[in-house]
Amino acid sequence: MKSLLILGAGTAGTAIAHQLRRRLPHDWQVAVVDPSSTHLYQPGLLFLPFGKETIARIARERASTIAPGITWHRNAVQAIDTARRRVTVEDGVHIDYDFLVIASGTETRPDMIDGMLDAGWRRTVFDFYTLAGAKALQRALASFEGGRLVVNVVEMPIKCPVAPLEFVFLTDAYLTERGIRDKTELVYVTPLDAAFTKPIAAQSLGYLLSSKNIQVETEFMTGEVDAEKQVIRSYDEREIPFDLLVTVPPHMGASFLEDTDLADELAFVRTDPHTLEAKGDERVFCIGDATDLSSSKAGSVAHFQADLLTDNILRRIDDRDLQPTFDGHSNCFVETGFGKAMLIDFNYDTEPLPGNFPIAGFGPLPLLKESRRNHWAKLAFRHVYWHALLPARPIPISPTMSLSGKKLPAEAQASTGGT
Amino acid sequence: MSLEVDDQGYLANRDDWSQQLAEEWAGKFGLALTDQHWQVINAARAIEGESGASPGLRKISKRSAVPIKAIYKLFPDGPAKLVAKLAGIPKPKSCL
Repeated sequence: MKSLLILGAGTAGTAIAHQLRRRLPHDWQVAVVDPSSTHLYQPGLLFLPFGKETIARIARERASTIAPGITWHRNAVQAIDTARRRVTVEDGVHIDYDFLVIASGTETRPDMIDGMLDAGWRRTVFDFYTLAGAKALQRALASFEGGRLVVNVVEMPIKCPVAPLEFVFLTDAYLTERGIRDKTELVYVTPLDAAFTKPIAAQSLGYLLSSKNIQVETEFMTGEVDAEKQVIRSYDEREIPFDLLVTVPPHMGASFLEDTDLADELAFVRTDPHTLEAKGDERVFCIGDATDLSSSKAGSVAHFQADLLTDNILRRIDDRDLQPTFDGHSNCFVETGFGKAMLIDFNYDTEPLPGNFPIAGFGPLPLLKESRRNHWAKLAFRHVYWHALLPARPIPISPTMSLSGKKLPAEAQASTGGT
Repeated sequence: MSLEVDDQGYLANRDDWSQQLAEEWAGKFGLALTDQHWQVINAARAIEGESGASPGLRKISKRSAVPIKAIYKLFPDGPAKLVAKLAGIPKPKSCL
C-alpha cells in the first residue's frame, strides 16, 4: 500500500484529500492528520461578532466532512522527517508517506506582541480570527456604548487580507443600526501605506472610508499593547488610544514547521509559486495558507490550488514533469455593510479590476463594485463550501484567472477617474 | 540607461537593480549605506526573490538578524517602504 499523507484537514487539506481519493488507484491510501474534531467555516467568523451568524451554522464535526475511504489520524504533528519520509505525532508514533501535502494553514499569534495577552485580553482587546475571540467580541460589542473603536492589523501576511476592512465596514453598519455610530470614533490602523494598496482599488474605493467617516492610520507597526493606558504603541513610538481594540495578531505557520529547512522565518513553507512543490523536496507539496506565496491566504485560493496540485501530484507519481499552472488566482467577496458586498477576482499579475463575473457583459456579479447581489452570493457561499468545495465536487469557476469580463487598467482608470 | 519606475518611485523590474543604484537612491534620502543597512536590504531582496511577496519588517528582521527597533533607526520615516525601494522590489501590499 502506498501512502499519500496530508497534514491538516482544513479547507485546503480536506478538498485535496477528496480530489486525490477520487483519482488515485486503490492501492494508494489517502490520509489526513488533524487533531481537532471540529471543522470551522472561517468566513463565518466575520459575521459572528455582530450576531449575524451562529456557531451551529459555521462549525461541523470534522468526521462529517471527511468521506469514507480517507483515513483520518486524530493527532497533532510534531515533526516531519523528509529523509526517512515520515511524520512524527504524539507519543513518538510515526506515519510513513510516499508523498506529503502540507496543508497545516496558519494561526494567529497574539503571544508575539508585548502586552497583547495582558489583563486587557478579551476585556478591552479582542480578536475575531478565532471562534473564542469572535464569541467574546460579540458580547463586548453588544455592551459597547461608544468611544474609540480601533481595528488594527499588526502585520502582513494575514488570512483573508480584506477581512479587517470588512470588519470595519460591518462595525459602522452595526453601530448605526444600534444608534451609537455618532458616539463612536472608528479607526483602522494598518502597517501598510494605505487601506487600499492596489492602484485601481485605491482610486475607486476611497469613498467607502470617507463616506463612512472611518479614520485611517497608516504605516503603523504595532510593537506593544499597553492594556493599562489603553493604547497601542508602534516601534517608532506613536500611540493610538482605544476603548475597544479589535486586533488581527501576527500570523505564523504551524509550530512543527518552525526552524525547519522546509519553512521560512514565519514558518511558512517555501513553495514553488506555480507548481506548488515544496522547494528542495520532490515528495513534498504545499497548499493553502501554509505556503510562503504572495497569493492570498483564502479559501478560494485553496480550492483553485487543490484542482491544480492534484494534477501535479499525479504527474509526479507517474514520473512526468510538473506543470506551472497555478497563477495566484483568488476570488473573494468583500462585505461593505448595509447588505452590500463587492466581488474581487485577481491573480499574481492582475490586480482586482472592475467588470462582470463570471460572464462578460452579463455578470451576474459586478466586480469591484458594491451590490446587494454580491452580499447574497457571499451568504449563499456557505452552502457551496460544505456541499461542493470541501468534498471537491465541481464548481463552475476556472482555477486560473480569466480576463474575460474585466476592464483592463487603462480602461478601468478612465471609467473610475475622479470618483 | 533609463530606469522604469512606478508612479511612487519603486523599480518596475527587479533585474534593473544594482548596488550602485541603491546607494544613489539612498543618498537622495540622506542615507549613507552601512553594512547593517545592507544586511536589511539584502534580506528583503532575497525574501521577495524567493516568494514573490515583499516582506514585512518582522520577517526582514529575522532574516537579517537586525532588530526591528534598529531597522527604524537605520531607515527613519517608514522603513517598510524605504527598504523595499532601495532593494528594488515592490512596496508591501495587500490584495486590494
